[in-house]
Amino acid sequence: MDRKRRTMDGSGIRQALSMMNERGSGEGAGYVAYGIYPDYRDCYALHVFFDNIRENKKVVDATLEQWGTIEHDEAIPTYDQPNLRAVHTPWRYFFKPDPSLALPGSATPEDEIVSALVMRVNAARCGALIVSSGKNLGVFKAGGWPEDVADFYRIEDYEGYTWLAHNRYPTNTPGWWGGAHPFNLLGWSVVHNGEITSYGTNRRYIESFGYTCTMFTDTEVVAYLIDLLMRRHGLDVDLAVRALAPPFWEEIDRMPEAEQEWNRALRLTYASAMMNGPFAIVAADADTMVGFTDRSKLRPMVVGECADRLYISSEEAAIRAMEPRVESITMPAAGEPVIGRVAP
Amino acid sequence: MTIGSLPPRYRISIDPVRCMECERCIENCSYGVFRRDGDRILVNSRNCTACHRCIACCPRDAISLEEHPCDYRSHPLWTREAREAIYNQARTGKIILAGMGNALDYPVIFDRLVLDACQVTNPSLDPLREPIELRTHIGKKPTRLDLRRREGGDVELQTPLTPNLQVETPIMVGHMSYGAISLNAQVAMARAVTKAGTFMGTGEGGLHSALYPYQDHMIVQVASGRFGVNIDYLERGAAIEIKVGQGAKPGIGGHLPGEKVCADISRTRMIPPGSDAISPAPHHDIYSIEDLAQLVRALKEATEWKKPVFVKIAAVHNAAAIAAGIARSPADAVVIDGFRGGTGAAPRVFRDHVGIPIEAAVASVDKKLREQGIRNEISVIASGGIRGSADVAKAIALGADAVYIGTAALVAMGCRVCGNCYRGLCPWGIATQRPDLVQRLNPDAASEQVANLIHAWTLELAELLGAAGINSIESLRGNRDRLRGYMLDESLMQVLDVRQVGA
Repeated sequence: MDRKRRTMDGSGIRQALSMMNERGSGEGAGYVAYGIYPDYRDCYALHVFFDNIRENKKVVDATLEQWGTIEHDEAIPTYDQPNLRAVHTPWRYFFKPDPSLALPGSATPEDEIVSALVMRVNAARCGALIVSSGKNLGVFKAGGWPEDVADFYRIEDYEGYTWLAHNRYPTNTPGWWGGAHPFNLLGWSVVHNGEITSYGTNRRYIESFGYTCTMFTDTEVVAYLIDLLMRRHGLDVDLAVRALAPPFWEEIDRMPEAEQEWNRALRLTYASAMMNGPFAIVAADADTMVGFTDRSKLRPMVVGECADRLYISSEEAAIRAMEPRVESITMPAAGEPVIGRVAP
Repeated sequence: MTIGSLPPRYRISIDPVRCMECERCIENCSYGVFRRDGDRILVNSRNCTACHRCIACCPRDAISLEEHPCDYRSHPLWTREAREAIYNQARTGKIILAGMGNALDYPVIFDRLVLDACQVTNPSLDPLREPIELRTHIGKKPTRLDLRRREGGDVELQTPLTPNLQVETPIMVGHMSYGAISLNAQVAMARAVTKAGTFMGTGEGGLHSALYPYQDHMIVQVASGRFGVNIDYLERGAAIEIKVGQGAKPGIGGHLPGEKVCADISRTRMIPPGSDAISPAPHHDIYSIEDLAQLVRALKEATEWKKPVFVKIAAVHNAAAIAAGIARSPADAVVIDGFRGGTGAAPRVFRDHVGIPIEAAVASVDKKLREQGIRNEISVIASGGIRGSADVAKAIALGADAVYIGTAALVAMGCRVCGNCYRGLCPWGIATQRPDLVQRLNPDAASEQVANLIHAWTLELAELLGAAGINSIESLRGNRDRLRGYMLDESLMQVLDVRQVGA
C-alpha cells in the first residue's frame, strides 16, 4: 500500500509473489489492485468469469439491467500463456445500481443491491461468477503460477495504490479459478494463508445474515464477515479484527474493568464470527490495509515499511524483492493487527 | 392358574466355595434378595434389580448375576418385554411405571457420528502447550454492538448486556430434585460443580439449606407444582429454570409419592409431610407461548432482571418452532431434553415412545434459530443421554452451547442404572430417602467422583478440540463440517446437516 495513493504498476508485486513459489503449486494465483479504474470511479466494477460467453452473458446482462444501469462493459484483456489454460472468459462491467430498489431504511442502499446481486448470481451457478464487485478496483485471478496469471492479465498495465496478491497451494479445489484468492465483496478484498477450522461455524453464522457461500473454500467467508462487521454492523477495522481474532479469556480477565467489559461483549456477540485455526490474513479496502494472524500465530506474517509504503507478507524475501531499500522489517505478535491507512 | 409366575429376570448365585458368610450382601441388599438360613445364605433372585450392590460389596467375588436365565421362545415381534408388559397389565389393569431413560433399542445417533482431526494442512494443537478455551457463556447475547470511540480512541460500549452465566466447561449437571434423589447426592454434586466452575439444577424440590453454601452454582427450578418456590429461593439461585417438560416423559407431569415426603422434604418443598407432591402436566398459568413469556418476565421482574432464566422443554417433534418462540421471550436459554433423558419414574409408554433424540432436536433447533436470525437471542443446552466427552463434543458441533448431564453424574456416584429409582429403595443411597440407605452415600467421596468425571471430560474435550485445530469452544459450536455421518440415512443427515464419511 502507498499511503499517499501514489500508484504502482503490477510488475512489482508479480516479482514479489514469484519469490514465494515454494508456497504454491501452480494451480491458483491472483491479484487485486485499488485505484485502477479512475474513469469509472463511481461505478461498481464487476469482474465476472463466464464459462460460456454466448450463453451466460445474456443472463448476467439481463440481471444487471434489471437492477441498475451498465455504464460500460468489455472483455478484460488477456494474453495467452503456454502454461495457463483459459477455462473462463473474464469480463468487466461498470455498473450503477438503482438505489430505489434497495429495501427502505438501508444505510448503504447501493452496496446492498450489489451485494445481493453478487450472492444471487454466484449462487445461481449460471455459468457466471462475480469475483470482484467494488468501486475502482479489480480482482485478477486464475489457475496457474503467479507469473503466468500476471502475464495472462498483463497486470503491469494496471496502476494501483494498494495491491494484494496470493499464491495458492490448493488442496480442496485445484485449478478452479473461483477458488483462487483474492476474494472480494464490494470494497473489501482478502488474501489468506491457512485453513479455517471454524469454517462450519462461520459459514452457518454468515449465512444467517443472507450471505451465500459459493466458492467451496474457506477464505470467502472472511470477505463476508468483514462486510458484515464493518459495513453492516459499523465496527471500525480494529474492532472488526478483534472480533475475528479476539484475545484469550485469560487476557481479557486481566484487563481494566471498562476494557474488559467491551472485550467480553465483543467475544460474546461475535462468538460465531471468531476464526479459528492457523491463518495469516491481509485484507484491504480503498482506504485501509490490515494484516492479522490467528491468536497463536501459526502462520508467518512479516511487515515492512519504506517511506509511504507498507508491505505485509508471509516472507521477508517478497518484501525485499519489491522494495530493496526497505527501512524496517517487523514481525507482529500473535493476533496483533497491522493497520495501514491511506492519507485522506 | 391363568398367567402364573413369569421367568425371573435375573439369577443371582453364590459360589459356596468362595462365600465366607460375612452377610454383607444381606445387609446391603435393600430389595431383600438375600437371607440367612442356618449356615447358608439363601437367594431370592426374583427380588433382584441388578443394582450390583451385593457384587460391589462382596469381599470374595462370590456372587454372580445372570440376566434372563430362562428364555422365552424367541420372536422378533413378541419380545420378552412386550409379553411381560401384557402379563403385568392383564394382572393389574394399570399404567406401567419405569425408571431411568428410554429402554427401547433405537439406534444411537451419537454413535453414528464421527469427529474430525487435523492432518498436515493445519496443525493440531497440544492442550499442554497451547491454550484451549472451554469457557462458555449461557444467556442472551446482542446481535450487534454499539461501540463508540471516545476522543483519544478509548472504546465505549453502548449496548447493555444481559447477565450471562459463565461456565468454565460446557458440562453442567441437570435437574434432579431433592425427593427424587437424596440430599447427600445433591450435596455431592453441588460441591463438584462448585469445584469445576459449572452449575447444577435443583429440580422441582426446593433448595435445602444444606445447599446454600453452593447456591451460586445452583439453578433453581420452577415447575408446574411450584414446590419450594418463594422469593428467597429465586434469589438464592444463580439462574432460574422453568421446567415445561422432560425428555423421559414429554407431556405429562410428575408425582412424588407421599411416603417419600419426610419432614425435611416437606420443609424444602413447602408441602405438608406425607402428602403426595403432584406436578400437573401443564403449568396452569401457561397455556400458550405468550403465557410462558409472561412467566419468564415475572421471574425476571421478581429478581430485578439479574438472573438468567432458562426454559426446559422435552424434545418433541416441533421442538425447533417452540425454541424459536422461547427465544423471542426474555428467556436466556432453552434446555432441550432428548427422549433418552432419565427420570426417577415415568410411565413406560412415555419413556420409551414419546419424543425425539437429542441429536436431531439440537440440530433442528439451531437451524431454525439461525434461519430466523435469532441464534444469539438464546443459548441452547442439550440434555438426555450424554454419556461421555464425545457426546458433549458432538452435541456442541450440532449446535448446542452446553450440555446437562444427569444419569452420568449419578453413575459417577455408584448408580448402576438398574432403573428402579421410583421404588425409593436405592441401595446406593442416591434415589432414596431412607436414612439408613442415604447415609451409605458419602458426600465427600461422591463429590470427588463427580468432580473427577467433569474434569476428565473437560480434559478430553480440550484434546478433541486441539486435535481438530480449534482453540476455543465457540468455534466448535454448530461446526457441523467437523462431523461426518457413518451409516446414517440420507434424510437424517439432511436434518443433522452433516455429510457422510468420505465426503
